[in-house]
Amino acid sequence: MAKLVRTEEEVMLADAARGFLDQAAPVVHLRGLRDAGQTQDRALWSEMAAMGWAGVLIPEEAGGSDMGHAAACALAGEMGKTLVTSPFLSTAVIAATALRQVSDARAVQALARIASGEVTYALAIDEGAKFAPEATQMQTRADGNGFRLNGEKRFVVDGANADRLLVLARTDAGLTLFDLPADRDGITREGQAMIDSRDAARIEFSDVAATGEDVLGQVDDAMSVLAPALRAGQAALAAEMAGLAAGAFGMTVEYLKERKQFGVPIGAFQALQHRAAHLWCECEVTASAILNAGRMLDEDPENAALAVSLAKARATDTAQRAVQEGVQMHGGIGMTDAFDMGFYMKRARVGAEWLGDYGYHANIVAQARGF
Amino acid sequence: MAEEDGALAAFRDELRSWLEANCPADMRDGRNDEASICWGGKNWNFASEAQRTWLQRCVSKGYTVPTWPVEYGGAGLSRDQEKVFHQEMRRLNARYPLQSFGIWMLGPALLHFGTHEQKLHYLPPIARGEIRWCQGYSEPGAGSDLANVQSRAEDKGDHWLVNGQKIWTSYADQADWIFALLRTDREAPKHKGISFILLDMTSPGVTTRPIKLISGASPFCETFFDNVEVPREQVVGEVNRGWDVAKYLLTHEREMISAAGGTMGSGRALGAVLADSGSTDTVLRADAMRAEVDGLAVALTLERYKDQAEAGQGAGDASAMLKYMGTELNKRNLELVMAAGGSDALIWEDGRAPNWLRTKANSIEGGTSEVMLSIISKRVLGLSG
Repeated sequence: MAKLVRTEEEVMLADAARGFLDQAAPVVHLRGLRDAGQTQDRALWSEMAAMGWAGVLIPEEAGGSDMGHAAACALAGEMGKTLVTSPFLSTAVIAATALRQVSDARAVQALARIASGEVTYALAIDEGAKFAPEATQMQTRADGNGFRLNGEKRFVVDGANADRLLVLARTDAGLTLFDLPADRDGITREGQAMIDSRDAARIEFSDVAATGEDVLGQVDDAMSVLAPALRAGQAALAAEMAGLAAGAFGMTVEYLKERKQFGVPIGAFQALQHRAAHLWCECEVTASAILNAGRMLDEDPENAALAVSLAKARATDTAQRAVQEGVQMHGGIGMTDAFDMGFYMKRARVGAEWLGDYGYHANIVAQARGF
Repeated sequence: MAEEDGALAAFRDELRSWLEANCPADMRDGRNDEASICWGGKNWNFASEAQRTWLQRCVSKGYTVPTWPVEYGGAGLSRDQEKVFHQEMRRLNARYPLQSFGIWMLGPALLHFGTHEQKLHYLPPIARGEIRWCQGYSEPGAGSDLANVQSRAEDKGDHWLVNGQKIWTSYADQADWIFALLRTDREAPKHKGISFILLDMTSPGVTTRPIKLISGASPFCETFFDNVEVPREQVVGEVNRGWDVAKYLLTHEREMISAAGGTMGSGRALGAVLADSGSTDTVLRADAMRAEVDGLAVALTLERYKDQAEAGQGAGDASAMLKYMGTELNKRNLELVMAAGGSDALIWEDGRAPNWLRTKANSIEGGTSEVMLSIISKRVLGLSG
């Protein structure tokens, strides 16, 4: 039976990740990228790949470390603490999980290129302002033995930098997932200036040619490949947001001890103590939901939907509470660009929307619980 | 779920057949309300023959206290086996055969602080449901400031002479014995002069008086000690070190109270409550969905902390968090149940209102929510002042 406690391997992995990220990617790293007008650091991703992170969900025969979803969540949690910018979620979690549902030689090769850090992916799914994969409208039309794709995708996270795109489109009798090189003729990518300073693109598809070779899984059956990938991504994103909450909360507690007003540390005021204690409780409760989601994905993936949505809903809520309390308890300095709390607040808002917001996931929980 | 190892799977099979063969049909309705709980004790009147039979059969297997050692009346189950036990009980929707403060609070304290003789003397009657205990902690002047107890036990050589008043003593009017915090050194600092003493409620000089609450019920009493003589050996732990026992026991009490909120997750979902009500109120539905999300996560946290404790990673202050989150959640859930019930729920006979009102005590008894937050901010976050 699954224990809701981290294994020794998971603790070691998280500790090692923390040690590396504190050196290689503290929050100032994200600030530096932003100030330089960049949204990715490919050299950092290569280092992560060299440590086996890109292959965390990839079988050993494809060059991965195959540590599982709980381990992927542990890594994402550590990245969340210092707002590490990388294609980890899009590539190593979502694309790797999708490719893993397909057992042909081409998929194994693609997985190997992910594990080595050579190739990055982005998931092109949203068309409106809200996450709604089932409502995908992007059209394909038959063209000889292949297809032509026309339409527009929005909020394609990591989409401006990715080497390849997973594109969800409507075919004759359902939805189909295409795996396309990002530079194929007819694809136009436009990076958006996002509040979290990360990569998200608007992508136009103008008569883009695709063949049966470009279909991931079966035509008209995207969800058997995409659904597990979305669940994996939602769980890891939830873990990142729980890590983000822990990072923001840690900064806030330190500040409560340092900052003096009326001659005493502000942490001596009960009004702030109780709010900080409540926030700690929320973080602890959310940590349980994250751990549970990782375990379910590893041990009983068919029945993991409730656990994953519970984790994403809780993490969304906790992260937003943590950053709002973070700014409020820091006072004026929390509002300045020179201070890091704003980066946490902006990432929490983006993370809240990506792959389904609180309401989307609370609805899934509610349906599973008889509402 | 991954495959269970062979021994655990065998345990599950054996337990499942035993439960199916031995749990009376009337005990398979999963009820856990005041009217259906078996509290045990010398004066206990079984609500039905099925209740009596179920208790006796569980006692014979140690299943009233499944994790206690066999020699003290338990079944000696490991944490994994205990999980299986609860899963199989839930699968059959079986009522718990016995509930009591002896099981939840005194038992764990005795297992930790008691002498071997004390354990052999007091634990088996708790496991068999023969002796019902109550808790003598709070006093009129000692609520959140619990260590301010004034009731005293004077050392009279071969016995203690006890005088004073306790309040909020749950079910004292039905209890056979009481475990009480009593001041044994009036000169020492307040935490250092308290002893944890066991008293027979039939001793001359003990009187109780029920307190009627807003729910209409009287689960709490006032208890008076007037020159009560107590044998010397009825102290648990060291004399004047009763605060250590009290604190340890409080963590169990807090877990017990928080479990009431935590089990909402695995118990009847709010969705079902709403569906029954026929309500089409989307605002209520949204509130209930939020409560459901939080309830499931709190229930998982209860599981996680048990797993951590078993792995030797126990956080001593976890109980304060669980108590705070569990009871606040429970209050929230019962507000939603009342809202779903509309005017039907406002009639006393309906039964929802007393439960709703009862939950308001959850965030007061066993340490208020505010005390829990202060404990966390001081001990976990290191905020002082």
